[in-house]
Amino acid sequence: MTLNLDHFEAALLFALLASAMLGLITKRTDRERLRYGVRCFAWFMAALFGIGWFMRILHG
Amino acid sequence: MQAGLGGGVRGQAEGNLKGPCVYAVKIIVMPSSSAVADSTAPTRSPLLLTGLAWLIPGSGHLLLGRRGRGAIVFATVLAAFLIGALMRGPMFHPGGNGDLLSRLIQIGGFVGDLAAGLPYFLSVWLGYAPPDSAGHAADYGSKFLVAAGLLNILGIVDAYEIATHQKD
Repeated sequence: MTLNLDHFEAALLFALLASAMLGLITKRTDRERLRYGVRCFAWFMAALFGIGWFMRILHG
Repeated sequence: MQAGLGGGVRGQAEGNLKGPCVYAVKIIVMPSSSAVADSTAPTRSPLLLTGLAWLIPGSGHLLLGRRGRGAIVFATVLAAFLIGALMRGPMFHPGGNGDLLSRLIQIGGFVGDLAAGLPYFLSVWLGYAPPDSAGHAADYGSKFLVAAGLLNILGIVDAYEIATHQKD
């Protein structure tokens, strides 16, 4: 059994896992952890799309 | 008078007694205050906890009574490792004949792989050694394996800080 993810799917999964861990270890209350995790995920996505569009514009 | 008296009773008892009796009351009351101090002390050695948290991701939190957080650490590290293994990502090996930068990358990657703990040892034991093939899937897989170890390091540090009362 193998998994063949494309670039976007792999980046999405990595963002999800990293956000969960960062949210878990940084804040004090569960609510703060959830908010921080969601915010991290949103920033990951913003960077993913931002850098993606930047590279597209750069390469034409 | 019993051990475990509250502050008010203790103060009243000390106020009514003089001389050697005060010391007697203090001796009787002392176990109560030391019992309170013991409840906040670490129940396990932080170093032992760190080693266990490395071997089994999330076990450090579990031993500290943070079951939910331990389960999330375990699931996160295991998911990252499984995704990497299913994408047939190759492991890093510290020995190599490349230039300095290549060797540094290999050593850093090896440390990341090793930090995953038991999943790494199990996969090596089961003979997981895919070839370093070209293509984005294997490349991402290799990075997911390292990411699993790095996420576990975050979990280990968190468990250590909880064990040493640096955070809740």
